[in-house]
Amino acid sequence: MNERYELNKNLAQMLKGGVIMDVTNPKEAKIAEEAGAVAVMALERVPADIRKQGGVSRASDPAMIKGIIEAVSIPVMAKARIGHFVEAQVLEALGVDYIDESEVLTPADEDNHIDKTKFEVPFVCGATSLAEALRRIGEGASMIRTKGEAGTGNVVEAVRHMRTINAEMRQLTTLDSEELMAAAKEHRAPFELIKYVAENGRLPVVNFAAGGVATPADAALMMQLGCDGVFVGSGIFKSGSPAKRADAIVKATAHYDDPQIITEVSENIGEAMVGINISTLPDNEKLADRGW
Amino acid sequence: MIKIGVLSLQGGVEEHLDLLNQIPKITPLPVKKKEEFADLDGLILPGGESTTLNKLLNIFKIKEPIIELAKQGLPIWGTCAGMILMAKEIKGQDNSHLNLMDITVKRNGYGNQLASFKTEAVIPKIAKQKIPLVFIRAPYISEVRANVEVLLKLDDKIVAAEQNNLLVTSFHPELDQDLTMHRYFVEKVRQNID
Repeated sequence: MNERYELNKNLAQMLKGGVIMDVTNPKEAKIAEEAGAVAVMALERVPADIRKQGGVSRASDPAMIKGIIEAVSIPVMAKARIGHFVEAQVLEALGVDYIDESEVLTPADEDNHIDKTKFEVPFVCGATSLAEALRRIGEGASMIRTKGEAGTGNVVEAVRHMRTINAEMRQLTTLDSEELMAAAKEHRAPFELIKYVAENGRLPVVNFAAGGVATPADAALMMQLGCDGVFVGSGIFKSGSPAKRADAIVKATAHYDDPQIITEVSENIGEAMVGINISTLPDNEKLADRGW
Repeated sequence: MIKIGVLSLQGGVEEHLDLLNQIPKITPLPVKKKEEFADLDGLILPGGESTTLNKLLNIFKIKEPIIELAKQGLPIWGTCAGMILMAKEIKGQDNSHLNLMDITVKRNGYGNQLASFKTEAVIPKIAKQKIPLVFIRAPYISEVRANVEVLLKLDDKIVAAEQNNLLVTSFHPELDQDLTMHRYFVEKVRQNID
């Protein structure tokens, strides 16, 4: 792998143990930074609103992203549609620090993801399984996140995806070397990456939780399941008091293994966002099914 | 055994622990609670986001213990964000964080992620051979005051410095497998114990 790819993986390593927050304007970006976010994700509408309003969801207005880059000193990420390499080119030209090729936006290509090796800027991609994570890494993603089910305030899908990835990684570590090519065939994932996971028991890049995290306890749950950090989308700015909640989630993520602290920070932080039960969602509204 | 703590609130903690683990007679410890700082022989403040780290240091009241340890002469090494935490002055900001070292730092001194880079150089005081230097959205030192020894300059920017028990680097030795900088810090810790 080339040097640029290593540097891009390295930036994700520096975000570990942190919370990355969705923001839609410079004011929210400042609130997120002050609450202790390690990065912000700039987008026009948070997933909960995308769900509600429907329509085609695209990369954000460059002027809005610029405004956010100017407002904060922490890294700024932004979303491009799956397969929309020109939106990605625009985001790279804007100077964002990370691009999220995201199922939250309407896919531009239903067969192919972006060839991320053509870019200097790093990419994070969502995954529901180990195979999906390794395919994205094979395409050049330098960071992975669970897909979860964005905009629902329901952590169940993020838990499912993380547990699936963990179980599949554990299973690979039990294989002997002769069995790895068959495993690559079965997973439909690059052999070298299957081999890496079998030998190391972990992904070669940082893996964050995303999709449905709404409370400090949700964040700590994902951390205890082995995530390296947490994305919070609608969970903050769709809640009763965003600044308080942002602050509490940052603290709970840092001390994810201390129930005492999680208890303290969870007190009196206002209403959580209204949640959606996944079973009530029609299949065509499930964002995690976008991409493969 | 020599105990070296790595502040484990956020950032590249594991990477430092992994490298320290490869050095004989060292016990590396992740530390984030007040009481865990008590009997350390050395402390590393890792890379991460300095605004996040500073906030967590404040909230969980571990600034004072670290400042106290620094005063007592405990060797402390800050890499990247860790360096920002240790500086007495931060360009463009009124406040600083731990306020330990007589340096002025410029955050994101090189620009955004596209400006992150890797190079190598010899740090004469530390080793004869070149060591890899990884800069990730890195800060640099724009000014040093009396008592601060400049260890390395790259293109007129100071990227490593020392002031008595305090060591700072703009770059991340923990992101490579080269142990030179970690060995140097361990030696500093050993001398302090003797």
